[in-house]
Amino acid sequence: MTTETQLKPEHHVEELERVTIRFAGDSGDGMQLTGTQFTRTAAVFGNDLATLPDFPAEIRAPAGSLPGVSGFQISFASTEIYTPGDRPDVLVAMNPAALKTNLGDLKPGGLLIVDKDEFEPTNLKKAAYESNPLEDGSLAGYQVVPISITRQNELALEGLPLSAKDKFRCRNFYALGLILWLYGRTLDTTIKWATEQFKRRPDILEANLRALRAGYNFGETTELFRVQYRVPPAKVPPGTYRHISGNEATALGFVAASVLSGLPLFYGSYPITPASDILHELSKLKNFGIKTFQAEDEIAAIGAAIGAAYGGHLGLTGTSGPGLALKSEALNLAVMTELPLVVIDVQRAGPSTGMPTKTEQADLLQAMFGRNGDSYVAIVAPCTPSDCFIMAIEAFRIALKHMVPVVFLSDGYLGNGSEPWRIPDISELPRIEWKYAEPQEGKFNPYLRDPKTLARPWAVPGQKGLEHRIGGLEKSGETGDISYDPRNHHEMTLARKAKVDRIVEDIPLLQVTGPEEGDLLVLGWGGTYGSITSACENARKRGLSVASAHLRYLNPFPANLPDVLKRYKKVLIPELNTGQLALLIRGRYLVDAISFNKISGQPFKIAEIEGKIDEVLGLRDEYVLEFTRSAGVSGG
Amino acid sequence: MTAPTASNDGLISPDLPVLTRKDFVTDQEVRWCPGCGDYSILAQMQKMLPELGIARENIVFISGIGCSSRFPYYVNTYGFHSIHGRAPTIATGLKTARPELTVFVITGDGDGLSIGGNHLLHAMRRNIDLNIILFNNRIYGLTKGQYSPTSEFGKITKSSPYGTTERPLNPIRIALAAGATFVARAVDRDTKHLEEMLYRAAKHRGVSFVEVYQNCNIFNDGAFAAFAEKEVRAERMIYLEHGKPLRFGKNNEHGIRLNGFTPEIVENAESDDGLLVHDAHAENITLANILVGMDYPDFPVPVGVFRDVDAPTFDQLVQQQVDEAIAKGRGSLEDALRAGETWVVE
Ligand SMILES: Cc1ncc(C[n+]2csc(CCOP(=O)(O)OP(=O)(O)O)c2C)c(N)n1
Ligand code: SF4
Ligand SMILES: [Mg+2]
Repeated sequence: MTTETQLKPEHHVEELERVTIRFAGDSGDGMQLTGTQFTRTAAVFGNDLATLPDFPAEIRAPAGSLPGVSGFQISFASTEIYTPGDRPDVLVAMNPAALKTNLGDLKPGGLLIVDKDEFEPTNLKKAAYESNPLEDGSLAGYQVVPISITRQNELALEGLPLSAKDKFRCRNFYALGLILWLYGRTLDTTIKWATEQFKRRPDILEANLRALRAGYNFGETTELFRVQYRVPPAKVPPGTYRHISGNEATALGFVAASVLSGLPLFYGSYPITPASDILHELSKLKNFGIKTFQAEDEIAAIGAAIGAAYGGHLGLTGTSGPGLALKSEALNLAVMTELPLVVIDVQRAGPSTGMPTKTEQADLLQAMFGRNGDSYVAIVAPCTPSDCFIMAIEAFRIALKHMVPVVFLSDGYLGNGSEPWRIPDISELPRIEWKYAEPQEGKFNPYLRDPKTLARPWAVPGQKGLEHRIGGLEKSGETGDISYDPRNHHEMTLARKAKVDRIVEDIPLLQVTGPEEGDLLVLGWGGTYGSITSACENARKRGLSVASAHLRYLNPFPANLPDVLKRYKKVLIPELNTGQLALLIRGRYLVDAISFNKISGQPFKIAEIEGKIDEVLGLRDEYVLEFTRSAGVSGG
Repeated sequence: MTAPTASNDGLISPDLPVLTRKDFVTDQEVRWCPGCGDYSILAQMQKMLPELGIARENIVFISGIGCSSRFPYYVNTYGFHSIHGRAPTIATGLKTARPELTVFVITGDGDGLSIGGNHLLHAMRRNIDLNIILFNNRIYGLTKGQYSPTSEFGKITKSSPYGTTERPLNPIRIALAAGATFVARAVDRDTKHLEEMLYRAAKHRGVSFVEVYQNCNIFNDGAFAAFAEKEVRAERMIYLEHGKPLRFGKNNEHGIRLNGFTPEIVENAESDDGLLVHDAHAENITLANILVGMDYPDFPVPVGVFRDVDAPTFDQLVQQQVDEAIAKGRGSLEDALRAGETWVVE
C-alpha cells in the first residue's frame, strides 16, 4: 500500500443495478446544471438513464423560499430503464426549503445529503420549519449526511478574486463533485464541458473546477461515507449514442423532415412553456434553410405556417395547450383547405394557464374535437423523449402524402425529460413522399382527389396555369368553386373524414409487449410509456398475465387495435387526464375499458400503475393514489 | 444529405408576360350588391395588374372575411380567402417563405381593424413586403349592418339603435403609428386616382397600406358622398403630392398652411409662399400625422400618398440571414444528429 491510500479511510464498494438521485435546491443554486452534468457523465459511462427536471413556476422566486425550489431527478442503471424512477434513493438538499418540498418522495432509509450551513434560522423560517430538522430527530428514518458545503466551498475558493456571491454560486459544483465520487465517476466530462462553457471567463472556470475537485476529494477523504457505489454500464445495442431531450429531438426530427423531403421548413411560434425550446433550437439552424417566425400571437403563428404550407414549404407551428385553443379556428382553415400543416402541442397542466411547468396529457380531446363543424385531423404522439424525433418525421410524412393537418402531441414530461439515444443512420429514417400538382385537362380543380389516398393536389403559387382560389368556405368537389349544394357539403365532409381514416393503411400496427392474449391489457399513449412498460414488466415477473401496448398514432388508430382489445379479459387505460383516450376507446369499440387517472402535474410512478393492475386483477382492495409532494409549493 | 434552399426559384417563369385586364378576370359571378363600391376597386385592380408586368401565377391575393374579402374569387391569380382578420398572418408566412411572390392582402374595416387589428399592426411594423388594401365602408357589410371601428361616434346602426358610444379610429393614423413605409388613401369613385394608388402600392418595396373609402350602398349609403361626389371633390378633397404645396378648389385656388402644429385654410392663396409643402419621403411622421387629422367639413379630406419611405423588408432580412448561414456551410443532418457529446457502444 502506498502512503496515500493509507491516509484514506477504507471505502467498501457496493454494486447496484439502479440508482435514482434527486438534486434539489433554490432556483438560484444551479440544480438543473448539476443534474445535467451528472446525467452526461452517466450517459458517457454507458448507463441507461432517464431524467425528470422539475422547475419552479416563478423565474426568480425569493431565495430560500418554498416556491423557489428547483429539482432534477435522474435514474441511471446497468439494465434498460424506462422512467426517471418513482422515488429517489438519494436526495441532495441544498437548503431547508429543498428538504421540505422533496423529503416526502425520498425512499424510507434513503441517503439524504444536506448542506448543513444553510440550516440557519433565516432559511429555516423561510421554509416554515419550526425547529431545525437536522437536530429535532424528525429525519431519523433516513441516512442523513450533513455536510458543511457552503463553508468548505468557501475555503476551497479562498484567494480567488471573485465576489462572495460568485463563490457561493459554485456550491453546486462542490455537491456535484461529491456525488460523482460517491458513484465512482471521473470528473472528465464535467471538466471538458466547463472548459468550453467558461472559455471567456477563466476566473469562473477556475472557481468551478476548484469547487468540483474539492467536493470529489472530500468524498475520498471523509469518513462520512463508508460505501462507494458502482452502477456498471448497461447492455444496449451497439452504435453511436448521444443524450437528447424530447424538445431537442422534436426540433431535430423536423429538421430531418425538411432534409428528407427536400422542402424548406417554416416554423411559426409564440413563446410558451414548455414549447419555447423548440423555437430556440430551430432558430439556430438557419444553415438548413429554416425560417423561424416569432409571431405576435398563436393565431398569427399558425396563420403564417398555413401561408408557408400554401406556398409549398413545410408549414410548422408549435405551442402548448392554451395556444392550441387559440389556433383552433385557423387549424380548421387548414382542414378545409386541406393543406399539409403540422401543429406541435407540448401539453402542460390545464385548464387555462393551469400549471405551466407541470406535465399532463389532457389535450387529446382538444386535438381530436376542439374545432367547429365535423373536422378531422391526424394525430401522432411520441412516447419517449427520443421518439419525438421519429414521430416528427412521421407527422410530415403523413401530412404531405395525405394533404392533411397533423397534430403532434408531446408533453412537458417528454419535452424536458431526456435519455440516451442511439443516433439513427439516415438510411433507416422514413421516406417522405410528396408532389406538387400537375396540370389537369380544362380548368384546374384543386379538389380533384387522388383515388387511393383522397389527397387533393398541392398547387402552389408560381405554378403556371394552376391559378385557383381556396378558402374556408365550402367548395364544390367537382369544380373547386364556392358551393352551398347540400349533397356536395355532405360528400365533402365525408371525404375529409375518409381521407384521415385512410391513413390507417399507411401507419404501423400496434405492438403488444407481453402475452398475445390474457387477463389484462394496459393501453397507453404519449409520455406514460415508461411507467406503463415497467409496471407491466414487473407484473409479469410476479407471474401475472399482463400485456402492454402504447398508441403513437391516435387518429386514425392502428388497424389492429380492435383485434388487440378483444384478446384480453380486461383493458386498463392509465392517463394523466380524466379519461380522454378511455372515452374514445369505449365509444368507438364498445370495450368496457377501465380508466386510471392522475391529474397532479406529475408523471405516473411505476408503483401506482402496478397498484392499479393488482386492483383490477382482484389481488388487492381499491388502489388509491397518494400525493407525496407538499401540494402547491412550486405552483404558480 | 443537405438542406434544401429556402426559396423555390425554379417555379418562377422568367419571361415577362404581356397581359390585359381580361387575363385577371375569373369565371366567377361577382356577388356584391349592385352599386357596391367594391366593384370599382375590383375594376381598378384588374386594370392595374397588367401594368406590373408580373406573371399571373406569381401574384397572390389573400383576404379575411367580409364582403370585401370575397375579392380573391374574382381575380384570376392565386387566391386564398381565409378567416376573419387573419389574412395578414397567412400573407406573412407566404411572403416570408416565398419572397419572390407578389402578395396582396384584402381586408375590411372590421376585418383589419377589429378582429384582426393586432395582425395588421404587426405586419406593418415588420415592414413585410405586402400590399394591404383596406376597404373602409365604416360598417360591417357582410353581417348586415352593425357599426365598425371606423363608424362615426353616435352612429345609428342595427346594433346601435341609440347611436354608438365609442369613438372611431383612423386607419391612416394607425398605419403611420405602426411604422408602415407606404401609406395612402383613395376613394372608390375616383377611379383614376385609385388605380394610381394601387399601382404605387404594388411598386413599393416594403409594406404598403392603402385605405380605400368604399361606399356600402345597402347599409351605409353615402358615407363619403359629402366630399367624394364628383361635383364637390375638388372643393372638399385635397390630393397630396410629394414636393408640391397643398392646394385644392375647383381651380386649385385654396391652400393649406401651418400655424404652429395646426393646419389652416388659406382661401384664394395667390402665391405658394407660406403654403405647406407635402413631404411623403420624410422619416418623421409628424407632418403626415397633421395631415391625417384634417377631415370634412372643417377641412378638405386628404387623399393620396401620406408616406413613402425606403426601409429593409422583413422577408428580405430573413432571407438574408438564411443565405448568409448557408454560405458559411450548408447544414448537414448527419452532423446535427451528432452534435454535442457522443459515445460509442461496441
Ligand atoms: C370568427 C368570426 N367572427 C365573426 C364572423 C362574422 N363576420 C363576418 S364578416 C364580419 C364583419 C365584416 O366587416 P368588414 O371587415 O368591415 O367587411 P365588409 O363586409 O364591410 O366588407 C363579421 C363580424 C366571422 N366570419 N368569423
Ligand atoms: S352589403 Fe354593402 S359592402 Fe357588402 S356587397 Fe352589399 S353594398 Fe357592398
Ligand atoms: Mg366594412
